[in-house]
Amino acid sequence: MQDRNMIEVAGLNVSFGRRPRVNHVVRGVDLVIAQGECFGLVGESGCGKSTILGAIAGRVKDWQGTISIAGVPVRPDRRELAQLRQQQIVFQDPFGSLHPRHTIGRILAEPLEIHGMDDRDGRIDRALDQVGLPRRFRFRYPHQLSGGQRQRVAIARALILDPQILLLDEPTSALDVSIQAEILNLLKDLREERRLTYLLVSHDMAVVTHLCDRIAVMQKGQFVEVATREAMVRGDLTHPYTRLLREGSLGYRPAASVAAE
Amino acid sequence: MRDTQPLLSVRNLTVAFPSLKDLVPAVRNVSFDVGREKVGIIGESGSGKSTTGRAIMRLHPGKTQITADRMQFQGLDLLSQSERQMRAIRGHRIAMILQDPKYSLNPVMTVGEQIAETAILHENLSRREARLRTIEMLEKVHIRDPERVMGLYPHEVSGGMGQRIMISMMLIAKPALIIADEPTSALDVSVRQQVLTILDELVTGNDMGLLFISHDLNLVRSFCDRVLIMYAGRVVEELRASELDQARHPYTQGLLEALPSLTDPKDRLAVLRRDPAWAEV
Repeated sequence: MQDRNMIEVAGLNVSFGRRPRVNHVVRGVDLVIAQGECFGLVGESGCGKSTILGAIAGRVKDWQGTISIAGVPVRPDRRELAQLRQQQIVFQDPFGSLHPRHTIGRILAEPLEIHGMDDRDGRIDRALDQVGLPRRFRFRYPHQLSGGQRQRVAIARALILDPQILLLDEPTSALDVSIQAEILNLLKDLREERRLTYLLVSHDMAVVTHLCDRIAVMQKGQFVEVATREAMVRGDLTHPYTRLLREGSLGYRPAASVAAE
Repeated sequence: MRDTQPLLSVRNLTVAFPSLKDLVPAVRNVSFDVGREKVGIIGESGSGKSTTGRAIMRLHPGKTQITADRMQFQGLDLLSQSERQMRAIRGHRIAMILQDPKYSLNPVMTVGEQIAETAILHENLSRREARLRTIEMLEKVHIRDPERVMGLYPHEVSGGMGQRIMISMMLIAKPALIIADEPTSALDVSVRQQVLTILDELVTGNDMGLLFISHDLNLVRSFCDRVLIMYAGRVVEELRASELDQARHPYTQGLLEALPSLTDPKDRLAVLRRDPAWAEV
């Protein structure tokens, strides 16, 4: 059943603030992601990529349009707990996203309590195994862990509810290159093992291209281009903004390309 | 004619911070020269790259132990300068560009006042002269409407414009050496290119030296002339930027392999295995 659509978004609009100062952040986005696919969202700060993630996750509660998860339409204002379990977020900063005064065990137990799941000890152990952390880490506090280990905890917390979808919001941008490689490998393995569907937000074109099958480029709340990984690697792109982002991430061009006055 | 003397010459620089029990060395026996060129320092967090940059400016807290066989800048021994003499060097002859304009600009001073302050302080210019110099500097960093921008406060400008303002502030006193600590890490890709172009123009055009601290291998490789690679407080390798691919040290090789590539993606990334011996001398 590779072809079942896991995430379907149509005509998504999100605005913040009240008239007359409305900030229209997402402007009519359509998006279909198949089960087991990894879909990337790239764009500059403020383009609305994290807001799309928030609307799908149920964090952003005020949106227009339709969102269906695993074929079931969801409502913006009220979501069932069982539905919310289907998609979990991993945030950017593993320093800010883990409670500094809770042990890793307690951090991992919290979602289980909220969702009333049993066998909590067993689930915590298995979640730590899956992300490659020793089981004794459940007695530690976040400050006793390195950045990469903390991000593993954040991934374990997302996985512990057995979701079908992981929403990854810049999961490696706070990490060093060598640690980023470990986390990217882990994410790749988990996706294969558990047939997870990923929606990855990042500003790093190389990271998105490494992980994703298709990549949407956003500008001012809209998709300007959706490219396959192959097209991104070859540079076979249609929109000038996509090309700008791609070239920019290849390094500095000592060029007359920027007008010297 | 370029002079052959390096602007900055550092030999066996060690920086140690006092802890409750003993001294913790963050930089150990680092030696390098910077001429009128762009030198990059690459390293992961905690490798000592920023500490090295700040040690040159002597910006560390008083208890920090900075020792070196030599730390010379244009024939001046930086370690033996008094605090008063250092103040005349900082911002005037050596300037520093920091990562995030949001935190490093003064939030309660207009942009124009902040830039002019450097010129008034170091060059004894009158307010009127300083104002003209400020406008000229803002034009040099490609800010279109300098008179309007001068009256703005830092929270009213974008990140890219903030960083250009910082560059203009650092260059107004025409320093010989610029230390840029992750100057573009907080910026979006398209703005980054623009800021780098301006920095490149000014450094090359005015024959300055640049010490460019960054964790971004692709960026340093394409922007700098030479690269120092730091690991655990030591320089493990020094290379021409164009020859980074031929790095010999296993740490540098490991870093390059761990980097996902946009043009040549691999299925799995190589994971860096750290050898304790790299941290030894």
